[in-house]
Amino acid sequence: MPDFGYTINKQRVIDLDKNDGQTVRRVRQLEPSINICIGCGTCTATCSANIFTEFNLRQLMLLVTRGETANLRKDIEKCMLCGKCMLACPRGVNTRNVLLAISRIFTENE
Amino acid sequence: MILEGKKRLWAEYQKEIPDDNYFYVRSCIRQNFFPASEPTFLRILRDELKKDIFETPFHTTCSGIGYHSDIVPMETTMTVVARQFALMTEAGYENYAASCITSFGLYSEIIETWKHFPEVLAKVRKHLKQATGREFEIPQSLVHASDIVFKLRNEIAAKAKFKLVNKHTGKPLKVVEHIGCHYSKMFPSKGVGGAEYPYVLVGMIEVWGGEVVDYPERRHCCGYGFRHYLVKANRGYSVANTKKKFDSMEPYKPDMIITNCPGCPYFLDRWQYVIAEMEGKTYGGDGQGIPALTYEEVAGLVLGYNPWDLGLQVHQIAVEPLLDKIGIGYDPEAKYKGPNGEDLGKPEMPMSIRCC
Repeated sequence: MPDFGYTINKQRVIDLDKNDGQTVRRVRQLEPSINICIGCGTCTATCSANIFTEFNLRQLMLLVTRGETANLRKDIEKCMLCGKCMLACPRGVNTRNVLLAISRIFTENE
Repeated sequence: MILEGKKRLWAEYQKEIPDDNYFYVRSCIRQNFFPASEPTFLRILRDELKKDIFETPFHTTCSGIGYHSDIVPMETTMTVVARQFALMTEAGYENYAASCITSFGLYSEIIETWKHFPEVLAKVRKHLKQATGREFEIPQSLVHASDIVFKLRNEIAAKAKFKLVNKHTGKPLKVVEHIGCHYSKMFPSKGVGGAEYPYVLVGMIEVWGGEVVDYPERRHCCGYGFRHYLVKANRGYSVANTKKKFDSMEPYKPDMIITNCPGCPYFLDRWQYVIAEMEGKTYGGDGQGIPALTYEEVAGLVLGYNPWDLGLQVHQIAVEPLLDKIGIGYDPEAKYKGPNGEDLGKPEMPMSIRCC
């Protein structure tokens, strides 16, 4: 291929028709409190795993909601299940259980 | 349905296009990209339809590219445009016809600015007088050359030798129409059908026998947008826009694309080669691309002009499959011959996209 000096930028469009809508529907059944999450990021701010790794619970929940689940398996493993996020959440979302639910769905699908 | 209300509503989407006596200004880049499009337009108007259309060699760039790239300030641009209007006034014309979509958008923007800010108009008149000694009148009507072809589409159809119909199946060709962004997205009332229902190319396709393809990204930018392209590092964004359009139109299997902008046919044509080289993806059948033509080229084909006189050999995507579908004869040996029969030399063939 000739060296053009640039490549085709990847699309950043969230295509809800093509994305995985199954996971978020199942998470909502297993842990309905995810529905009241306002995405404030307090969970991430208080997260111990976030201090040492790139683990970001707010981002993870957002990606699951959008159905962009393709690369999340490894991310989930970074969580130490300490539950600080749950204590800090201003909406009372059972964040730890949300994460466990996601993990369970991924395991089931493997 | 209240017809009176409906008519009033639709009146906003109509455009007054003069019948005759045009002052024509060429585009800077079209003469290089698709060199036969503008001569074909003049040939059709003068020879086929016997219209009065005047052009002058003293016309310069409108500086639209510089303006949209934040290089040329607006007041300078206005003075350059005022000089073009002065050329029209001196030639005794009132109907200004631009070949370039960006020029058309720029003229519309400037005339609208002068309406709201007469002091700016007075200043520009003064600048022009001081710089060149010229005076000017604002055009009575400002149209894009595609508006004129749209207006005369039925007369062209009456003289047509070919229709946009697949001669093997008898079905209308599936045609993607792409309107330049500066045609009616800036000033919707200045375009036929406004920004919501651009009809300028659809009207031509319907009358000439084709079928319009309505696909999700129909109104998306072609990817030209000056700043997308001028800086090399940004070109990945430009080509991504084009790819988005092609990915969207691909399932409809279009036979051709028709455009009315200088940049659009060029980018929709050339980026297909780049996408094929980078990702191995082609959008036409049999490893080929989808031909992207200007409306003048399509009008010329319909009128039975020699495809090589229309400059179709300078397209990256081969047009021969399209010519075969319509049933237009051509001499393959003459493809790379100049007007006087001299050999222009064959271009190097790409590896990832078939070009006949």
